[in-house]
Amino acid sequence: MTGTTARPRTGAMLDAITAAGRSAALIGYLPVGFPTVAGSIEAMTALVDSGVDIVEVGLPYSDPGMDGPVIQRAAEQALAGGVRTKDVFAAISAVAEAGGTPVVMSYWNLVLQYGVDAFARDLAAAGGAGIITPDLIPDEAADWLAASDEYDLDRIFLAAPSSTPERISRIVSASRGFVYAASTMGVTGVRTSVDDHARDLVARLREAGAPHACVGLGVSTRDQAAEVAAYADGVIVGSALVRSLDDGGVPALSDLAAQLREGCA
Amino acid sequence: MTETSQETGPYFGAFGGRFIPEALIPALDEIEETWRKSQVDPEFGAELHELQVSYIGRPSLLTEAKRFSAHCGGARIFLKREDLNHTGSHKINNALGQALLAKRMGKTRLIAETGAGQHGVATATAAALLDMECEVYMGEEDTQRQALNVARMRLLGAKVNAVTNGTRTLKDAMNEAMRDWVANVGSTHYVIGTVAGPHPFPAMVRAFQRVIGDEARDQLREATGGLPDAVLACVGGGSNAMGIFAAFLDDPEVRIYGFEAGGEGIESGRHAARFSGGRPGVLHGSATYILQDEDGQTRPSHSVSAGLDYPSVGPEHSFLHDAGRVTYEPVVDDEAMEALQLLARTEGIIPAIESAHALAGAMRVGRQLGPDAVLLVNLSGRGDKDMTTAATWFDYFDEGAVQV
Repeated sequence: MTGTTARPRTGAMLDAITAAGRSAALIGYLPVGFPTVAGSIEAMTALVDSGVDIVEVGLPYSDPGMDGPVIQRAAEQALAGGVRTKDVFAAISAVAEAGGTPVVMSYWNLVLQYGVDAFARDLAAAGGAGIITPDLIPDEAADWLAASDEYDLDRIFLAAPSSTPERISRIVSASRGFVYAASTMGVTGVRTSVDDHARDLVARLREAGAPHACVGLGVSTRDQAAEVAAYADGVIVGSALVRSLDDGGVPALSDLAAQLREGCA
Repeated sequence: MTETSQETGPYFGAFGGRFIPEALIPALDEIEETWRKSQVDPEFGAELHELQVSYIGRPSLLTEAKRFSAHCGGARIFLKREDLNHTGSHKINNALGQALLAKRMGKTRLIAETGAGQHGVATATAAALLDMECEVYMGEEDTQRQALNVARMRLLGAKVNAVTNGTRTLKDAMNEAMRDWVANVGSTHYVIGTVAGPHPFPAMVRAFQRVIGDEARDQLREATGGLPDAVLACVGGGSNAMGIFAAFLDDPEVRIYGFEAGGEGIESGRHAARFSGGRPGVLHGSATYILQDEDGQTRPSHSVSAGLDYPSVGPEHSFLHDAGRVTYEPVVDDEAMEALQLLARTEGIIPAIESAHALAGAMRVGRQLGPDAVLLVNLSGRGDKDMTTAATWFDYFDEGAVQV
C-alpha cells in the first residue's frame, strides 16, 4: 500500500551497495533514549552522516535477555529517563530524513503491547523499513507476518550457528530484506575476534536462498568489519557504538562509525 | 470437559509458546525429544523413582492439621508435606528429574535461577549427587534476604552469582541465566525451576512435579474415602501448584485455588499478583499474565516471600485462570505471616513464607466452605530459610543478640 512512496527498504539498500562496488553495508545500533531521547536522535543522525547505511533503532526493554552489559546499562538509563515506545517513531523519522535506512530492533512484548498492527502502521508512516525481532521466531510470528505484509515492512529474523537446515530454510522464507546472522553463540557485546561460525552461517543462509545476510554480535573495529564485509552483505555493530557514545559522546561515536565504514568500503 | 490435566504444550490456549532467541531453539528441541523419550523409558522411570524413594524421601507425608483447622472455619485441613523432602521443598522433584535428563543429553554443567534459593539449593544438590558443575544466578536483593541458602549452595559446590541488573530479584536472575545458557548451550543445561519459560519447560516441570498431586490424591482417599472439596497452593511461577493441581483438574467437583503474593496490597502497587494487577504479554519465553506498565516494560513485583516475588507466572496458570477452572486470589504479606505463626503454634510445623500464602488461603476458603469441607493444602516448603525474615517481622531477636 505504500509501494509508490520513497520509503527506504533494506533489500534495495543492500542491492544498491553491491551495485556501487562496496564490500558490505554498515549497520549501526543505538538505543532510543540514551543518553536522552534528543541525544539519541542526534547520535543516530550522526551515524548516518558518518556513513552508516542502516540504523537499528533499539527500543529499551526492562528484560533484555539477548543483550550484554553495555546495552543493558544503556537501556536501564534510557528507561530511568522515561523513554516510551512512541519515542522510537521520532527517531525513525529523523534517521529517514537524514538519508539513512532505519529499522527498529525490539523485544517482542513492547510491539505486542503497542499492538502489532498499530506498531507496523506507525512505523511505516514514520518512514521505517522494518523490525528486527531478537526474541520472536517465525513459528510465533503469525500476527507480525500479516502486519508486515499489510504495511509492506521488512521482517528481519535471526539465524544462529546452531540452527538446523530445516530452521534455516524456515527463517529464510519468513524473512524479508535481510537475515540477521548471529555470529557467535551468545549475547551482544564486544569481542576480540569475530567467530568463524559467522562465515559458515552466511554460506548456509545463501544456500537456502537468502538474498541478503548481515552479521552481528561481536564486531568493534575497522579490521573486524573488513573481515566480515568480505563475505556478508552487511556488518552489524552495536555494543561498540553504544560504548563510544557513552565514553566520548557524538564526536567519539562519529569517529568510530567512520572507521567502521572504511572497513565496509 | 477436556482432559486439561493432559495438556502438553507448546500452547495452553492462548498462552505458552517459545518467545526466545533462535539460538536456543535447537536446545529446546533436544530437551523436548529427550524428555518425551524418557517418559516412556522404563529405565529412566526406575532411576527417577529410586531417587524419589531413597534420596528425596518420597512419598511425602499427608498430615491432618487438626488444631489449625479451628482457624479455618473447622474444615478438615490436610497438608501435603513437601517441606519434608530432602533440601526442604518441592523443588528437588524437578531439579533431580531435569538433572537426569541433562546427563542423558551429555551435558556436564547445570545452571539455574533462584529466588528464595530453594531451587538453587535443589539444583546444587542434584549437581553434587550426579557429579556435574553448577552455577546459580540469584538477584542481589535475594542473596541478602536468603543468605543461608547462598551458603548452602556454596557448601554444595555451586558457584553463586549475585545479579545486580534491573530489580535485582528473580526475574533478573532468570535473564542472566538465559544469557549464560545462550553462550554455553553446548555443555550446559538450564534447569528452569518453575512451570514458566519457553516450551517444553512448563509442561515438563509440571510432569516432574505431578508426583505431588498423584500421591496426595491416593493418600487423601485413604484418609477420607474420597476427593477433597478444595485443593490449594501458593503460586509464584507456579510449579508446586501445577504439581498438585494436575491430579485434580479433571474432577469438576474439586475446587482449585491458587494464592498469589498480594504484598502490601493490590492498591499499593507493591505486590506480585499477576491475575489481579497484570495482563497478558510475553516474558521469559512464554505468553502469559505479566505485571507490566502501559508500554509492556516489566513492573517490579513485591512480596515478603522471595519465592513468590516474580512478575510473571507459568502459562498454564494463565490458561486455567481464563478458563475459570482455577480461582486465583491475592494473599497479602500480613495474612501470610499470621498464617505462618499460626501453623507453627497449632501444629508445630514452620512453613516457608511461600507456603504460608496457601495456608492463609485455607483460612479464608475453610471459613467459606465450613466444617464439612475437606481442604488439601500443598505445604511446598519449610521455613528454616525464613527465620531472619520471620524473627524480624515478629521481633523475636533479643536486642543486640548476634549468632556466633
